Amino acid sequence: MRTVNSFVGQPIERLEDLRFVRGRGQYVDDLARHDMLHAAILRSAVGHGRLRFIDISRAKNITGVRAVITVEDLGKPVPRVPMRLQPMPEFEAFGQPVMAYDKVRYVGEALALVLADSAAIAEDALAAIEVDIEPLPAVWSSEIAASNETLLFEATGSNVAMKFRAVLGDATAAFRHAPYTRRESFSTQRHTALPMEPRGVLAEWDAARARLTVWGAAKVLFANRRILAKQLGVAEDAIDMVEKDVGGGFGARGEFYPEDFLIPFAARHVGRPVKWTEDRREHLMTINHARQAACDVEIACKRDGTILGLRGHAFVDMGAYMRTNGAVGARNIAQFMSGPYRVPNIDIDVALLLTNKTPVGTYRGPGRFETDFFRERLFDMAARDLGLDRVEFRRRNLVSAAEMPYTVATIAPFESKDELDSGDYGVTLERCLAEIGWAEKTKLKGKPIDGCYHGIAVGCFIEGGAAGPKESARLTLESDGTLTVYIGSSGVGQGLETAFAQIAADAMEVPMDCINNVFHGSTAYVSDGYGSYHSRSIVMGGSAILDAATKLRTAMCSQAARRLNCGAAEVVLADGRASAPDGKSVSWAELAPDPISVEGAFLNQKHTWAYGAHAAHVSVDPKTGHVALIDYVAIENCGRMINPLTLKGQLVGAVVQGLGGAFLEHLVYDEHGQLLTGSLADYLVPTASDFPKIRGYVMESHPSPLNPLGAKGAGEGGIIAVGGVIANAVADALSAFGVEPRDLPLTPARVWQLMQDAGRARGIH
Amino acid sequence: MPVRFEVNRKPVEVEVEPRLTLADCLRHYLRLTGTHVGCEHGVCGACTVLVDGAAVRSCLMLAVQAEGAKVVTVEGLSLEQGLTPLQASFRKHHALQCGFCTPGMITTAHALLSDEPDCDADRVREVLSGNLCRCTGYISIVEAVLDARAAYKQDQKGA
Repeated sequence: MRTVNSFVGQPIERLEDLRFVRGRGQYVDDLARHDMLHAAILRSAVGHGRLRFIDISRAKNITGVRAVITVEDLGKPVPRVPMRLQPMPEFEAFGQPVMAYDKVRYVGEALALVLADSAAIAEDALAAIEVDIEPLPAVWSSEIAASNETLLFEATGSNVAMKFRAVLGDATAAFRHAPYTRRESFSTQRHTALPMEPRGVLAEWDAARARLTVWGAAKVLFANRRILAKQLGVAEDAIDMVEKDVGGGFGARGEFYPEDFLIPFAARHVGRPVKWTEDRREHLMTINHARQAACDVEIACKRDGTILGLRGHAFVDMGAYMRTNGAVGARNIAQFMSGPYRVPNIDIDVALLLTNKTPVGTYRGPGRFETDFFRERLFDMAARDLGLDRVEFRRRNLVSAAEMPYTVATIAPFESKDELDSGDYGVTLERCLAEIGWAEKTKLKGKPIDGCYHGIAVGCFIEGGAAGPKESARLTLESDGTLTVYIGSSGVGQGLETAFAQIAADAMEVPMDCINNVFHGSTAYVSDGYGSYHSRSIVMGGSAILDAATKLRTAMCSQAARRLNCGAAEVVLADGRASAPDGKSVSWAELAPDPISVEGAFLNQKHTWAYGAHAAHVSVDPKTGHVALIDYVAIENCGRMINPLTLKGQLVGAVVQGLGGAFLEHLVYDEHGQLLTGSLADYLVPTASDFPKIRGYVMESHPSPLNPLGAKGAGEGGIIAVGGVIANAVADALSAFGVEPRDLPLTPARVWQLMQDAGRARGIH
Repeated sequence: MPVRFEVNRKPVEVEVEPRLTLADCLRHYLRLTGTHVGCEHGVCGACTVLVDGAAVRSCLMLAVQAEGAKVVTVEGLSLEQGLTPLQASFRKHHALQCGFCTPGMITTAHALLSDEPDCDADRVREVLSGNLCRCTGYISIVEAVLDARAAYKQDQKGA
């Protein structure tokens, strides 16, 4: 009897948890090597300035200090962090050198590296290094950047690194004849992913074999290896990148940072293993920031609410350099402002502005969180102007299932086209309304209850996933008859060992415990891997496992045919045995006196689009401006679920991260380019008592036509809609005052100020 | 200077600098790396251990201050094989993703449930609000702790 498997789709408890809940995870700072040195990095305390000199003589003489590395030791030209995504020649002038020379451009930029017997001694030595920096005026806002009065890169003549433009249809014509238009300005604030595990790198150079091992890599190991090999002038296959357990990624961790060159370089330089672990202050001033964007955007509609067009200008504060994936957020703001809605005419440009702040990169739902806030705010304003129900406004404009695949705006200059793959967006909106109890809660609108004003809002989103071009998987039948999975995807805490074991078990029609391990996160496991970003692992890695499973079954059948004297096509693989038509059979273990190992791959150029809706019920205290979240519902449909338990976990976790962005998180700089929020006492993130009621519901239907699993990348959808929905709920609660939030975060002080400014709050105190 | 204390029911003696934190001592001298360091300024709670039964941030305590104390880490709250009821509840409720904050959550929840096995959801949230998690949104962690209360009530009856 054949085993009929259906682990895919089941809420299977995670395999990873068995080590994590017992403290047996292994994160990079948990590692130690014999003879290891500890690194500490001297960082610029000045936001913008000319570097006059660095004197390391006192630091070098401290007992226990083994080396002090400055830019002079790195050779010329000083390596730069290259762009991994959207690399264009125009960006090259703005690349970040791995150590500052001539100029410093943000607080936190690396100036020198100390290697010592302990981290404490290395940090002591930092204080003994003398640095002279001549301060320059800081470019600390987008407006100052755009004025070009002070330039970060004098040779380029401009602080505008690039402009993208998203176009669909003919926006000029659409607006010329539109019966209704409204123009508004919105902004979102600089914040960051803040994974709980600080970044770290441990590197060991084996001089005898001329090989380098780097632990602490994450997310995109193969891409980072290509960068590092080029910078160090060694062959790619002379470097092993090893991931270990990773304490959260959310897009920020695992990109190639200056330290990803400096620590391996230092290990080779001194011929000893070197470990560096950042502290939280360093983390806040060095890991990619995100989300600081503004827009001046206009909507055109018919009187019945049918959207005719969106046009306008957006501005993204890029920080001081263009890092690996710095352009992604800006691209998404322009290209996906239309979200899941039918907007036939679009013309939105976005300027990438350089400032004296930490450079930006992707953070979960990059650009999408920002642009969804802009769009959903504008929609509620337009619906009210037109006297239309805001739900009906959305229903009318959602792309329908019949319109799939639906082409969205094309982005220039790289002419990237995209289309929504499949789905019925209206269904998730209706589910969301039903779960939050919309009809009942509508009655609360603007009502004061116990002195607080209540409001609700709903919004829809799409989440892009499945970035190509490829993923690789290796499947091995071991001599004991079990199976091992090796994958080019990366684990950043999302639980892919469990999900991939489910997929592999189903594909091979074996019990879960026949999958003895899922190995990921090493350049040694597969020939080429592309890692985990853009919600790509399930689609790309999962589909590669299916391909490997097909190939392994073929190899096993060939092997069995020889043993059983039959044709390979006649062999049946089931229940741990390979059987011939005459009834003879061998066990899988017997098939593999030597392990049988095959590699599969999945190639893909098109994106999947998970989708859904969020709704919120808030109450606002007019005395303090505090917004209490009474209820929050998030719905996501990902085509086909692999593990509803972990999918829901991603959804709810992302919502709460988004609430951090909507209410709390803000990286604040002063007019000198000084970061004012360098600790977790200043940079506030959600805690267990902040948002006690979040409800996530995961759905599957309309499987993606683009991959054999039918899956769509998920995990970011929970964060994308939050800013817009929360701001609309606050506007709804305070509609009697005419309060219209246009900027995040909605701190108590800001909400209170909005009420004061609205001029109708008088007499409430 | 030498410091002597008990870790996970075993006596240890370590030669440390006075400025060494208990967290670094546990992690790098005693190789008990289940205790994680997330902020080093007492906000995130990842480094929480039990010192004489109380949940303490080991990044804010010096190793020398542990002289004579009974220290328990997440390793000491674990079985050689299998999961404790609290750990199994975390797994069942998917109360962890990346696992980095989890040891601090487990030690904090263990201290709470040992003292207050009848605590309600608000109390759980209040106590856990000193431990940051960036993955789960906390909902599942609170559920896991509430669901584990039964095992601690049993313990109390048994004791």
